[in-house]
Amino acid sequence: MYGNDFAGEDAPGGLLGEVEAAEAELRTAAERDRGAPGPEEDLAAYFTAVVDADQKIEPRDWMPEAYRRTLIRQIAQHAHSEIIGMQPEGNWISRAPSLKRKAILLAKVQDEAGHGLYLYAAAETLGISRDELVELLLSGRQKYSSIFNYPTLTWADVGAIGWLVDGAAIVNQVPLCRCSYGPYARAMIRVCKEESFHQRQGYEILHTLAHGTSAQRAMAQDALDRWWYPSLAMFGPPDGDSTHSAQSMAWKIKRFSNDDLRQRFVDMCVGQAEVLGLTIPDPDLRWNEQRQAYDFTQPDYAELMRVISGDGPCNRERMAHRRRAHEAGAWVREAAAAYAAKQASKEKVPT
Amino acid sequence: MSSSGSSPLWEVFVRARRGLAHTHVGSLHAPDAELALRNARDLYTRRQEGVSIWVVPAGAITASSPDEKDAFFDPAADKVYRHPTFYDVPDGVAHL
Repeated sequence: MYGNDFAGEDAPGGLLGEVEAAEAELRTAAERDRGAPGPEEDLAAYFTAVVDADQKIEPRDWMPEAYRRTLIRQIAQHAHSEIIGMQPEGNWISRAPSLKRKAILLAKVQDEAGHGLYLYAAAETLGISRDELVELLLSGRQKYSSIFNYPTLTWADVGAIGWLVDGAAIVNQVPLCRCSYGPYARAMIRVCKEESFHQRQGYEILHTLAHGTSAQRAMAQDALDRWWYPSLAMFGPPDGDSTHSAQSMAWKIKRFSNDDLRQRFVDMCVGQAEVLGLTIPDPDLRWNEQRQAYDFTQPDYAELMRVISGDGPCNRERMAHRRRAHEAGAWVREAAAAYAAKQASKEKVPT
Repeated sequence: MSSSGSSPLWEVFVRARRGLAHTHVGSLHAPDAELALRNARDLYTRRQEGVSIWVVPAGAITASSPDEKDAFFDPAADKVYRHPTFYDVPDGVAHL
């Protein structure tokens, strides 16, 4: 559904190229469709065969209950993250340093809302309503990404979020474009293409600051210092402690382990930080010739666990804000529903 | 559809350009058709993805079931004479 105007601009390489490849794979998988299970065929065996053949599971197909539950949990928390993630950046909309930056930030936050909606729609195909999901978020029974519990203290933080946080999100999400569940894979393709704009705009903000006055440079470095480890923590606990990993890999919901993706992210960032002229706040970061990858200091996983369990710097503020918006908006939703009902009843009366 | 006070689900179809068919692009919640259309405009056509939008209440759509796929779609396969390639054309016949 994307205009060719955008893809053609510069031939997609790297992550965007992978998204394009995943999209092409989706089409090939559809052509290889082996049709519905035969009358004798075991549904579970059919499910496994479809997943093994890299084909897509669709909403009305039979699926193991645990697969459905895992997907609902993962997609919903992904959707919640997009919605809560509007807050840290929204914090700077009224204070963006130029009209151009403000317009870009507005467009970006609008995208995040859209990503939330695509993802809620994907989750709903699994038989849960968006209202239930919102309720699970508001009551604290479902989580959102740990990263959005950190405060945006300066304008440079908006740049750091774009470059690092959206960058980490893309590294995480690109493999999800190949996820075995069709609606999720399709939503991720759409999200990744837009996320790529977010990452680049953030990088540009930092690049401008890092090449500006010494005060701007210091602000950019400070933002990198504060966002680096929380961004690394976005990939989740180390492989040894990750509870859902093995099953999710077998079901082809996940394609790479948390640690693999984290490594990939670090390897990408080092060169990008060099071009920025900023220093990644890790004295032990160095190229490992043997592994052909960077050695780096792991984030503080105890802190990650604290933040996930509700005790990060902004958890209470984020949830309070979300609840307030929901409660204060109740009368507007009721008015819209009443208006729709009135219009519908008018249409039924012949004139 | 979902619980009280919430808006019904709508399916969204977008036609990318003149000459192409409307394609299903996703769904959204909205209290009425007018708002569904506006939200679909904002949500699915932010980057010149389309020139025409249809919104349909999800409840108005009846879908075939995957279980009945074979029985339901079989006739196409066993009536091969429906395809032009079924017919032999004598050598030397042009424009056929």
